[in-house]
Amino acid sequence: MKRVLMIAAVCACAVTLRAQQVTFDRILHPEKEPQNWLSYSQNLFNQRFSPLTQITPGNAKNLELQWVWQSKSLEKFEATALVVDGVLYTLQGPPAQGVYEVVALDAASGRPFWTLEYKPMLEARPCCGRVSRGLAILGDTLYMGTIDAHLVAIDAKTGKIIWDHTVEKVGDKPIEKFAITHAPVVIKDKIVVGIAGGDLGVRGFICAFDARTGKELWRTYTVPAKGEPGNETWSGDSWKTGGAGVWNSGAYDPESNLVYFGTGNPAPDWDGRERLGDNLYSDSVLALDADTGKLKWHYQFTPHDEVDYDSTQVPVLADIQWEGKPRKVMLWANRNGLAYVIDRTNGEFLLGKPFVKVTWMDGFDPKGRPIRIPGQVPTLEGSLIRPHVLGATNWAPPSYSPRTGLFYVAGWENSALIATQGKFPGAAGIPNGTPMGQATLTPNYKKEDEGFGVIRALDPHGLTRKWEFKMNDITWAGVLTTASDVLFSGGKEGYFLALDARNGELLWKVALGGQINSGPMSYSVNGKQYVTVAAGSALFAFAVR
Amino acid sequence: MREPMRARRLCILALSLATLAATPSFAAQHSTAQDIEDGGRVFSNTCANCHGPDGDQVSGIDLGRNIFRRAKTDDDLVQIIRTGVPGTGMPASDMSVAQAEQVVSYLRSVASTKRSTSAVGDIARGKTLFETKGACASCHRVNGVGSRLGPDLSNVGQLRRAVELETSLVDPNKEILYTSRPYRVVTKDGRTVTGRLLNLDTFNVLLLDSKEQLRSFEKTNLRDFGFIEVSPMPSYKEKFNAQELADVVSYLVSLKGKVAP
Repeated sequence: MKRVLMIAAVCACAVTLRAQQVTFDRILHPEKEPQNWLSYSQNLFNQRFSPLTQITPGNAKNLELQWVWQSKSLEKFEATALVVDGVLYTLQGPPAQGVYEVVALDAASGRPFWTLEYKPMLEARPCCGRVSRGLAILGDTLYMGTIDAHLVAIDAKTGKIIWDHTVEKVGDKPIEKFAITHAPVVIKDKIVVGIAGGDLGVRGFICAFDARTGKELWRTYTVPAKGEPGNETWSGDSWKTGGAGVWNSGAYDPESNLVYFGTGNPAPDWDGRERLGDNLYSDSVLALDADTGKLKWHYQFTPHDEVDYDSTQVPVLADIQWEGKPRKVMLWANRNGLAYVIDRTNGEFLLGKPFVKVTWMDGFDPKGRPIRIPGQVPTLEGSLIRPHVLGATNWAPPSYSPRTGLFYVAGWENSALIATQGKFPGAAGIPNGTPMGQATLTPNYKKEDEGFGVIRALDPHGLTRKWEFKMNDITWAGVLTTASDVLFSGGKEGYFLALDARNGELLWKVALGGQINSGPMSYSVNGKQYVTVAAGSALFAFAVR
Repeated sequence: MREPMRARRLCILALSLATLAATPSFAAQHSTAQDIEDGGRVFSNTCANCHGPDGDQVSGIDLGRNIFRRAKTDDDLVQIIRTGVPGTGMPASDMSVAQAEQVVSYLRSVASTKRSTSAVGDIARGKTLFETKGACASCHRVNGVGSRLGPDLSNVGQLRRAVELETSLVDPNKEILYTSRPYRVVTKDGRTVTGRLLNLDTFNVLLLDSKEQLRSFEKTNLRDFGFIEVSPMPSYKEKFNAQELADVVSYLVSLKGKVAP
C-alpha cells in the first residue's frame, strides 16, 4: 500500500513555473538550448558535455556557492538533476521505511516550487543502496523509477502523480528483489527502463512504456529463455536466476533507432560452477530496436564473469575519425578495468585496452573476446585479482568532450582478494580499501598500493592516457566537461574539483562535507552559468562571482 | 552491484564424543607456510562464522587449542570438514581434500603457537605487567586510562586473537593495523612531525602527533610526507619472559569492554 504525501508549494512569492513542454525533438537536440539539461547525461549520446562557456579555466578559481538543497534522507545522493527553463528537478532516494523526495526548485535560488514525497513498498530491498540516479522528462511529465520496481509519472508543474505503474511485483519469490535505480530514458513517445537485482537472482530485463498511459509496449530479457539464441551459454536451469540486471541509463542513436544498455553480472556473483558457459547477455552491451525491443547486436565484455564486473556503465556515443574515416562509435570504460571502442552500428570490436592495472586477462582474440590469465578466478581461499570486485570504475557517468576529443573517466586502481564463498570479499586485506559509497565522510588511511582514485583522460585513438589527476581515496563521482574546457568531478574525500580538461591541472576545489556520489551537471539562468553536484545528502550549486 | 545471494556454507566443527586433543599427522609434518596461510583464509571465511576467530565459540570445542569432541587424527578432521556431522550444526562443505588439509594445517599451527606462550597466562599478573614493566600505557589506553598515541585496547580481546596479540608483542612490525599507521611530515621550514595518521586526502594530512595534539598539514606546505614503515612499538621478545608474555596476552584477551569515547 502506498502512501503518497503532497507538500504544499513553498513559494510565497509571485514566481510561476516556467517549464515549457519538453518535446522529444528538444531532448534530441540539447545543443540548441545550452541553458537546459534535459536528460541524465545532457544528451542521449551520454556525453555529459555542457555547451556553456561562462566558467573558464581562467575564472574557475572564482567559483562560489549559490545555494544548497538539503534532503531529509541520509542515503547516498546519486541523482543528476534536470533543468528546464529555470526549473531544476531532482530526487533523493528513500531511507529505510522512508520516502523519496522529488523536488522542483528555482534553479537560480534553490527555493522549492513543490515537493513530492513518495513511499515505496516496505518489502523493497535493493542490493546496494536505496538510491535513484535521476528523473526523465517529456512534455510536462517527469518519470521516476523506484526501488520497488514502479515507474511513476509526475506532473512537472504540480508534483502530483499522474500514473503509477508496477513494472514488476517485488517479493513474489523470496530471492527476487526487482528495483529501478537509474534515470529512465525517453525515446520518442516511450519511457525505457531496466531492472536491477542481478545480485539477488532476478532475470534482468529492459522494457518500454507508453509515456502517456504507462502501458508496457515491449520487454526484452537480458538472459535468453530456453530455445532462444544464447540460452545454451547457461548450464542447466541457471538462466532462470541468471541476473544480468540493468541499473544505469542507456544511450540512443536516432539514426539507427537503436537504444543501448549495459547489463550487470551473472548470478551467483563469485561462483560460476553452477552456471557454466559464457552466460549471455550478462556483462554485455545490448543494442535494441527502440520500437520493438528486438536485439540487434550485443558485445560481451566479460564472458562467464566470476568477479562481479557488471557492465552497467553509461554507454557514451561519439562520432569520431577512426583510421582516417568518420566512424560512429561507442566509448566504454568498464568495471573490468578495460576501455573499449566499439562500432555502435554493428557491435564490431575496434579496440580494447586496460585503463587501470588488470590481472585477469591479457589481450583479446580477433573478435574481441578477452584472453583470460589462468588462475585469476575466485577460489575458496581467495585470489588476488585486479581490479577489485567493485571495479576499475562503477556506475558513475563519464564524459566525452567533442572539443578535446578526449574520453574522461573517474576510476580506481585497486585489487581484491576474491573468494567463491564465505564472508564478503575484501580489498587485499585492507578493510577500508574500497567500500561502497556512503553519504558521510570516512577517514582514509590507505597507502597508494592499497588503492586510490583517479580521473583519467583517454584518447579514443589507441586508448592512450593523456593525463591523470590522482586522489588519495577512491571516487564514486561522475565527470562533467564544458565547451570552455573545464572538467568537474570529485570523490569520496568530499572535494568538488574543477580541472583543466586539456591537461588535468587543478583549477579550484571546495570541500563539501560529504562524499560525492553523483555526476555534476551545468545549466544557466538569466545569463548566469551554474554547476551543481550532490555531496553527502545535499545538492550544491556554484557559479563564478 | 554486490551482495552474495548464496547461503553461506558454514564450517562448524561441532564434533561429538569426549573432548580430545587430536593427534597431528600430515598437516603438522608436511604443510608449507603457504598451506597454513591459505588455510587461515578459508578458516576466517567459513569456519569462523560459527566457531569465532579463535575457534572457541562452540561449547566444548576450542579449535585454536586443538580441543575437539570427536576427531583423533588429521584425517578425521579432514573428513568432518568435508562431510559434516549429521544431526549437529556442522554441515558438509564442498572443500577439496587439499583445502580441508590446509585448514587443519592452520589449526595445528595456531595451536602450536599458543602452546609456546599464552596457554597458562594469568590475567591479573598480565594487567600488572601491562601497567608497570611493560609501560604499555605510555602509548595505549584501556578504559580511559593511558595514552592515545597507540590503538585503544579497551576491547582488543574482541578484535584480535590471542596469537595475533602475541605476535604484535614480539614482532610489532609484522602487522600494523591500518588505523594505527605512523606517519611523518616535514614542513618547508624543516620541522619534522610524527604521529598516528587519522586521515589522508589529496590535499591534507591529519595526525595525532607525539604530544597528543590534533594537527593538520596542507601538502603544499610540506617538503616531504609519508608513512613510517617501522612500528613505534618496541618488541617485548626480550623484555618479557615466556610466562610474562603469556600473562600479558591473557590480560589483553580479557579486554572486551567498550572503547571509551
